[in-house]
Amino acid sequence: MYDFELARPTTLAEALEMLAEEGSDPLSGGQTLIPSLRARLAMPERLVSLMHIDELKGIEQRGDALHVKGGTTHAQLVHGAYDIFPGLASLAGRIGDPAVRTRGTIGGSVANNDPAACYPAAALATGATIHTSQREVAADDFFLGLFETALEEGEIVTGVTFPIPQASAYEKFIQPASHFALAAVFVARFDTRVGVAVTGASEDGAFRWKEAEAALTEDFSVAALEGLSLPEQGLIADVHGGADYRARMAGVMLRRAVAALA
Amino acid sequence: MQIDLTINQKSYSLELDSRVTLLDAIREHVGLTGSKKGCDHGQCGACTVLVNGRRINACLSLAAMHDGDEITTVEGLSDGELSPLQAAFIKEDGFQCGYCTPGQLCSATGMLQEISEGWPSHVSDSLDGPYELSEAELSERMSGNLCRCSCYPGINAAIRSVGEKA
Repeated sequence: MYDFELARPTTLAEALEMLAEEGSDPLSGGQTLIPSLRARLAMPERLVSLMHIDELKGIEQRGDALHVKGGTTHAQLVHGAYDIFPGLASLAGRIGDPAVRTRGTIGGSVANNDPAACYPAAALATGATIHTSQREVAADDFFLGLFETALEEGEIVTGVTFPIPQASAYEKFIQPASHFALAAVFVARFDTRVGVAVTGASEDGAFRWKEAEAALTEDFSVAALEGLSLPEQGLIADVHGGADYRARMAGVMLRRAVAALA
Repeated sequence: MQIDLTINQKSYSLELDSRVTLLDAIREHVGLTGSKKGCDHGQCGACTVLVNGRRINACLSLAAMHDGDEITTVEGLSDGELSPLQAAFIKEDGFQCGYCTPGQLCSATGMLQEISEGWPSHVSDSLDGPYELSEAELSERMSGNLCRCSCYPGINAAIRSVGEKA
């Protein structure tokens, strides 16, 4: 690791003041950032730890939506959400492994936008709102590509509000060593619409599968997906699987999720 | 920077560089070398310790993020005598080379605590328990701890023998 200073503010206001200074980056659970620092892929002058800010932690139901504050860990989300939004709790309960879930946070995951991260799929499929320290951004406008988001310098994710679907399922085909998704699909079924998002498969990160949404909104059944497949163009091809394989697995995951809910 | 940690119920006041991971602080600065450095990037689980009772990868945390926390390492699991889990690992051949064992023991200790608090896992049949310590449950709940000698049958038998008594 390169040398850096570490600050440990206890209020959001204090953290934002520090982050407004040149060369400062936020540090949440660190499950991605710390290995990146060790590999010298990041070189912040100062890290501002968000882990001691109580106002950034917690889960609450707000009408028909579930609001999760940015510093909430995956483990806290699992245990706080399974009565309210079981599909999201199930997703959180499969991120990494138990030790990673003790530390990793939703805000960190959403801000990092790893192309195989789980939360972006749930956020896109449900039409979630990302709350930042400065504004509210629709998930559709927040995730902009590989590790790219709408966040500006010094701006952090303070929470995510997920509309709660009638039913939802997340089918994840994992790369067994890392437990990251090779292809995973989140299906959210609402009264009048169906949301479908894919993660792990695209070079541009998680995305909505709009053809699947249209077909399922019309007729929520596996049969309605007859002939539907994901184009290979722009899909990840690496040592774990080619683009054709990911396209095929995304189709399988979609059908499994729909079968589980139909 | 100044960092105060409680490790195995003993207080330590350390002056460390901000880059020092919790694992390096425990091993190199406090001198408790039970916790092992395997992959050093959160995939193997050899460095698993308990922080305020919950399992984490000590290699994926900076010591400075744990100021004021209570940490338990493998050295803190026994009180002069082996803990029931440690004794069961010996009885059931839960290791061969032993390198992953401190992490397995801390992780299993944390896992049995989670079960006693009613935490379901992704493979649990019901959200309300009770949770049978089946192969599927143990594989899921211990998925963060790899054993390259592949002693999983012994590890699972050891955890099951203690968990079922609890």
